[in-house]
Amino acid sequence: MSSKIRVATTSLAGCFGCHMSFLDIDERFADLVELVEFNRSPITDIKECAESDIGLVEGGVCNAENVHVLREFRNKCKILVAVGACAINGGLPAMRNHLPLQACLDAVYLDGTGVTNPQIPNDPELPLLLEQVHPIHEIVNIDYSLPGCPPSADVFWKFLTDLIAGREPTLPAELVHYD
Amino acid sequence: MNIETVVNSLIQAHGAKATQLLQILNGLQAQFHHIPEDAITLVAEQLRISPAHIVSLIEFYSFLSITPRGDYEILISDSITDRMIGNRDIIDQLCNRLGVEQGVLRDDGRVSINTTSCTGMCDQGPAGLINGLTITQLTSDRIDEIIKLIEASVPLERWPEHLFAVSDNVQQRGLLLENDYTKGDAIRATFERGREKTLDELTSSALRGRGGAGFKTAMKWHFCHESYTTGDTDGDLGLICDSPSNHVTADCDRIVVCNADEGEPGTFKDRLLLTTHAHQLIEGMTVCAAIIGSCKGYIYLRGEYRYLLDALEAMLAERREQNLLGDNILGEQFHFDVEIRLGAGAYICGEESALIESLEGNRGIPRNRPPFPVTNGYLNKPTVVNNVETFVCAAAIAEKGGSWFAQYGTEQSTGSKLLSVSGDCARPGIYEFTFGISVHEILDRCGADLDLLGIQVGGPSGTFITADEFERKIAFEDLATGGSFIIFNSSRNLFDIVQNFTHFFSHESCGFCTPCRVGTTLLTRQFDKIHAGHGSAGDLVELEEIGKIIQAASHCGLGQTAANPILTTLARLPNLYHMQLKQIGFEPGFDLDSSLDTARRLTARDDLDAHLKQREQ
Amino acid sequence: MEQHITIDGVIVPFKPGETIMQAASAANIYIPHLCHHPEFKPHGSCKLCTVNVNGRNCSACTFPAEFGQQVLNQTDELNKLRLRIIQMLFVEGNHLCPACEKSGNCKLQATAYQLGMLDSHFPHFYKAHEVDSSHPDLMLDRNRCIFCTLCVRASRDVDGKEIFEISGRGINKHLVVNSPSGKLHDSGMEMDDRAADICPTGALLVKRQGFSVPIGKRTFDNHEISEDLDEQ
Repeated sequence: MSSKIRVATTSLAGCFGCHMSFLDIDERFADLVELVEFNRSPITDIKECAESDIGLVEGGVCNAENVHVLREFRNKCKILVAVGACAINGGLPAMRNHLPLQACLDAVYLDGTGVTNPQIPNDPELPLLLEQVHPIHEIVNIDYSLPGCPPSADVFWKFLTDLIAGREPTLPAELVHYD
Repeated sequence: MNIETVVNSLIQAHGAKATQLLQILNGLQAQFHHIPEDAITLVAEQLRISPAHIVSLIEFYSFLSITPRGDYEILISDSITDRMIGNRDIIDQLCNRLGVEQGVLRDDGRVSINTTSCTGMCDQGPAGLINGLTITQLTSDRIDEIIKLIEASVPLERWPEHLFAVSDNVQQRGLLLENDYTKGDAIRATFERGREKTLDELTSSALRGRGGAGFKTAMKWHFCHESYTTGDTDGDLGLICDSPSNHVTADCDRIVVCNADEGEPGTFKDRLLLTTHAHQLIEGMTVCAAIIGSCKGYIYLRGEYRYLLDALEAMLAERREQNLLGDNILGEQFHFDVEIRLGAGAYICGEESALIESLEGNRGIPRNRPPFPVTNGYLNKPTVVNNVETFVCAAAIAEKGGSWFAQYGTEQSTGSKLLSVSGDCARPGIYEFTFGISVHEILDRCGADLDLLGIQVGGPSGTFITADEFERKIAFEDLATGGSFIIFNSSRNLFDIVQNFTHFFSHESCGFCTPCRVGTTLLTRQFDKIHAGHGSAGDLVELEEIGKIIQAASHCGLGQTAANPILTTLARLPNLYHMQLKQIGFEPGFDLDSSLDTARRLTARDDLDAHLKQREQ
Repeated sequence: MEQHITIDGVIVPFKPGETIMQAASAANIYIPHLCHHPEFKPHGSCKLCTVNVNGRNCSACTFPAEFGQQVLNQTDELNKLRLRIIQMLFVEGNHLCPACEKSGNCKLQATAYQLGMLDSHFPHFYKAHEVDSSHPDLMLDRNRCIFCTLCVRASRDVDGKEIFEISGRGINKHLVVNSPSGKLHDSGMEMDDRAADICPTGALLVKRQGFSVPIGKRTFDNHEISEDLDEQ
C-alpha cells in the first residue's frame, strides 16, 4: 500500500466534467488503482489533502476558498497539474471577467427574472468571489497542464502512466485539443 | 468657430491630399482641442478617404483626440529626468489648484492635464507643453503664474514670453558648432567641385548617420542616386515639380527627408541645431538633393518642437528670397524646396520607415524591409532619410572637405558628436565632443560626482553603464549613442529608472507586431510585480525571458531595444534585482485581497474568511 | 543553375521576387504563420513565421529569398520563440475554444497545436472587447481578433470596400468598421464578400453555420495544420 503513488484531485471553479472524463478510463481504472491510491478527491471524499505525489486540479480560481484549496494542493503535492481549460485559462467561468463583479451579482441576485426577496447572499460560510476568475498558474506554480474541455480519458491515462513509469509525460498530437 | 470654415481653410492651406491628413488633423486639434465628428466627415469627403482611416490616425497619435481636451491643454513631460526634479509635484500642484483630475477634462471644458513622453527639455525641466507650445523650468512659482493666467482666461498669445523661453544651453562647442559659415557656401562648394566629387568628399569623410544606427551617409546617398524610381506620381511633389516653368526631370522622383523627430528620452541636441544651425541643416539637405538628384525635401519635425515651426518657416522663406531654395538655385539648373511636416506625439515616427508612413499621412507603422527607403521610400520613391545632425555635418563636409572632417574622431567614428547631457551633474546641456572621448572625461566636463549609480547612454533604447565602464569611449565601435546621456547619482533608485523606461516603450509601441505589442505590456506587468515586492526567483527568470523574446522577434528597432533597460541593468546590477525578490515562494501578480473588495462591500463582511493573504504564512 | 536557398539544410529553389515563405510553400515546407495568406500581400505582423536567415531573425512571409541564404526554420529555439508568441496572442485576446464556433477549424488553435502549446504561460489580460452582432448574416467578436488584417486586406483589395481598419496604438490597437454606426450592419458588408470567410480565428463568422460539422470531422481534428499547405 505504502509504495503506491498517491494522487489527490479537486475541482475549483469547474464543472467536474474533467473528473467525469477521468472516470471514462473505464476498466483501466482497475489497473490504475493497483498503482495509485487516491487521497483527497471527490472519489474518496477525503477532505484534507495529505502529502501526495500528484495533484490534479480542475477549474480556475473564482473565490477565496479556491485560493485556499489550491494552496493546500500546492503545499502537499510534489507534482501539481492543471487539468482542463478552466484551470489553464479560466475557461467558461472566466467569461464573466469582462463584467464587473457587482454587475454579475446584481444580475443574478437582485435584478434577475423571478428573483423574490432580492439580496446578495452574505452568509460567512460562503466563500467570497474574486473580482475576476483566474487560471491556477496565476496563483501558484504549476508543473504540468492537460488541455481540453475536458481532456479525454486517454489524456489522463497517458499522462498518469507516463508519470508512474518514471517517464517525462508527453501527449501525442491527437490527444491535444482545447475543446 | 464654424467647423466647416476651419476644415476648408486647413485644406486650402495644406492641399486636399491624403498625404496632408496629419497636418490637417494637427490644425483641427489646435483649433478645437479635439477632432470633432463633423470635421472627420468633412475631411473624409474632401480628401476622399474613409472616416475610419481618419479615426485610426487620431487614435494613434498622442496629441490628437476624439474626445475634447481643455482649452488649455497641459501636458507635463514624464521623462525620468523630469521625474527626478519633481514633475509629480508640479502635476499635483496644477491638478489641485485648477480643480482637475489628471487625464480628465474639467467640467467647464477649460483645462486638461496629463503627462507626455520626453519633450526634449531634460536640461531645463520640469517641462511640458501647453496647447502644443513648450514651457520649461516649471518651478512652483511659475506654475502659480500659469494657474493665474488660466483662471483669468488670458489667451496664450498674451502670456509673458519668459514662460516659453528655451535656453540653447550649449556647454561645449567643437568642430560643428564652432564652424563659422556663410549661407550658401556648402552649395557653392558643391557646384564648384561637382556633385560626384562632393560625394567622394563625403565618402572620404566617413560620416556615419547621427541618429544612432551609424549607417555610412555617402553610401546611403549613393544607393539612392542609383535607384530607379518606381514611385507613383500623384502630383505630390509640390510646386517645384508641378510648375510648368520648370525643367521636370526624372531626377525629381527622389526625396530628401530630415528626421527631426528627436524622441529618444534625454535627447535634445537637434533642438539646438534646429534653433541655431537651421541654415546649415537646409544646406546639407540641399547638397544631398543635388547629389542624389532630388527636387523635394521634407523636414519631419516632432510635434513637441512645434514652437520652432514659425522660425523654421521664416528661415525657409528667407532662403527662397536669397535663391538658396526654389528654382535655379544660385543660377544653376537645380531646383529644390523643403516643406516642414509636423508630427503629433509618437516616438515610433523616429524610425525612418514609420516616419515616411507618417509623412504620407498614415499611422506611423514601420514598414517591412527590404525594400529600404533608399529604393522605396516616400510615396514609393527613392528616399534619403537622415538625422538633423547628419545633414549639418554633411554641409560642413561639402564646404571643407572630407579629410578636414576625418581628421577628428576615431577610425570608425569620424568627426564629432553632440551629446545631450542631463540628470545628476552640475552643468547639464549640450556638449560637442570629438568621437572617442571617454565617459570619464565627459563626467569631468559636466561636473558630475563620480559616486554614481550609472549612466544611461543612448537613451532607454541604449545601454546602462556602471562605474567600471567609465573608461569606455563614445564611438560607434564602443558606446554608440544618438546623443542621450543621462547621469544618475548613487541616491537614485534603479527600479524607478527602469520602470519609467519600460513603461515608455509599452506606451510608445505602435502595436503592429505581436512580440512588441503584447510583450512590452507583459514586460511592464512582470517588472511592476517585482518592483512592488511580489517577485520570486522564477519571476526574474520570466522577466528576462520576456525581454529576450521581444528583442529576438520584434519587427523594428523599438521592439528590439524595448527590453534594454531591463536586460542591461540585470546584467550589471543583478544583486539589486535579487534583493528585490521575496525569499520564498510564488506570489500572484495581482493583489488577492483587494480582489475581494467588491464582494466584501456587497456582503458587508469583514470576517477572517473575507480576506486573503498575498502569500501563505 | 536555378536560384536556391537552403531551409534547414534542404535545397529550396525560388523564383526571383519570391519571399522565403513562398519558396518554402512551393517546396512543401511548413513555416508557422497566421497573418500570411498566399492570395494577399504579406503583412509581417504576427511574427510566427520568424526564421533565422544567415544568423538574423526575419519574417519569412515578407523577407525576399536571395541566392545563398541559409534559413533555419524547425529549430528548438525558433519553435520555443513561436510558442511564446502564440501564447501572447492567447492571453491578449479572449480565446475560449470550448465556447467558440470556429473551434476545430481555427488556424490560431491549429497553429497552437502544431507548436505544442499546452497552457497560456503568461497571465491573461481578460480585457473586454466589443462584440458586434448587428449584421443579419455575420458576427464580429473582437475578443478573438489577432490583428492579422486579412479582413482589412480582403475587403480593400478584393471586395473594393475598405470595410475594416486597424485603429489605436500599442496594446490599445483594435479593429474598427468603416460605417456610419461603426457597426457591421450598415457597412455594406455582404455574406459572400471575400472578407467574410477569410478570418483565421472566430472573430469574423458567418452566422447560423456554427457547429454544423461534428467534432471529429472538423478541418483540424484529424490532421495538423502543417499538413495542410494547400489550404493556406
